[in-house]
Amino acid sequence: MTEAPTAAPPLPTARECPLDPPAALLERQRSCPVGRLGFPDGAAGWLITGYDNVRAALADPRFSSRKELLRSPFSPHEPTAAEPGFFIYTDPPEHTAQRHLLTGQFTLRRMVSWTERIERIAADCLDAMEAAGPPADLVPSYAMALTSQVICELLGVPHEDRADFQRDSAVILDTGVPLEQAMAAVGSMQRYLRDLVEARRREPSDDIIGGLAGHPELTVEQVANIGFLLLSAGLDTTSNMISLGTYALLTHPEQLDALRADPALIDAAVEELTRYLTVNHYGPIRAAAEDFEFAGVGLKQGETVVLSAFAANRDPARYPEPDRLDFARGGRGHLSFGHGIHQCIGQQLARVEMRIGFSALLGRFPGLRLAVPPGQVPMRDKSLIYGVHSLPVAW
Amino acid sequence: MRIAIDRGKCCGSGMCVLTAPEVFDQDEQDGLVVLRATRPPDDRDEAVREAAALCPAGAIEVSD
Repeated sequence: MTEAPTAAPPLPTARECPLDPPAALLERQRSCPVGRLGFPDGAAGWLITGYDNVRAALADPRFSSRKELLRSPFSPHEPTAAEPGFFIYTDPPEHTAQRHLLTGQFTLRRMVSWTERIERIAADCLDAMEAAGPPADLVPSYAMALTSQVICELLGVPHEDRADFQRDSAVILDTGVPLEQAMAAVGSMQRYLRDLVEARRREPSDDIIGGLAGHPELTVEQVANIGFLLLSAGLDTTSNMISLGTYALLTHPEQLDALRADPALIDAAVEELTRYLTVNHYGPIRAAAEDFEFAGVGLKQGETVVLSAFAANRDPARYPEPDRLDFARGGRGHLSFGHGIHQCIGQQLARVEMRIGFSALLGRFPGLRLAVPPGQVPMRDKSLIYGVHSLPVAW
Repeated sequence: MRIAIDRGKCCGSGMCVLTAPEVFDQDEQDGLVVLRATRPPDDRDEAVREAAALCPAGAIEVSD
């Protein structure tokens, strides 16, 4: 099904239910699974919503990740090239070489070996919450606190710098702050990372920045940008999974009861929550690297394609009763971490963080509940990474 | 069941290790897949097939 470019509708974003995709997006999946998409600058691209097609596209090298080709579905600005080190926005061979520098740091075994460290961080956050007494906003006191400290460990941010680092991260990721304040925090963070890289060049350390700083072929700017990429890709996502995931648990009492009754269900619960919530709800985004035919449709070089992982994760052809949160199902094979060569490099760390994040929280507070009616929890409707702005809880 | 891995395609996601840890491992240096057994015991068949299906890079081939 094709439409004239001037008639191409924009990406549906308005949700009727806070945890479900827009009805209009699921309607596209039913009626027009590979269809025209309108962009703010007037150009037309494509929206692909079926599980099999989204998965195939993510593994197909004819869909490029180069930033200079990717139009935003929301902003009319001309796309710009990626800064050095932001390998998420590159294709092979540049992508392969840069990602390869990091894969050894993110192995499953290595991330699982962090379990004790992450448990300790979670316990400290929960101690502080307990000492302050209910109610608490789970977002800053737990979700952000836990995940930003894990990023600090990963990057090797010295303890004495962590308060400033976490403050800057919080501002950068806060969708509510004025643009100048956000840009100032970005500048401050980038300067800090460059200084850290320089320091590690003089004295190497056993963490990601320390490991890359001494690399003969990487510039200080590249290493600092890799650090910034890991920070921006790995903090908001995991933090929102923990807070939005807790909201999902507290509003699905049968699933919460099942998890409390059988704590070994946690890994399946994490996977199913990751499928169900798909916090990266507007992507991934690619562009046609050449003219080619895909799923019976002719793509033209340069056209931007939105591959809706959120719609794909709710495809009834892949997950029967897809809109049911069901830990017994397990949610394996979801596309929330993507697929193909760009699949989230931090996914195993994210799984460990979520496993510990949810288990420790539920273990510490058997009476955990929302401190406000569910309808009063403010949702990050306008953010690229979905979640809750705040989650008032009591115990 | 025989398993073939292509380290050239492997992107080090660790999904195979997560799915069938008795059969797959990751090189600690480069994070790429390492086979622990080319012919694993039969009770691992389903897990191995799932690992091959989940591999984001299509680096695992399974044949009977």
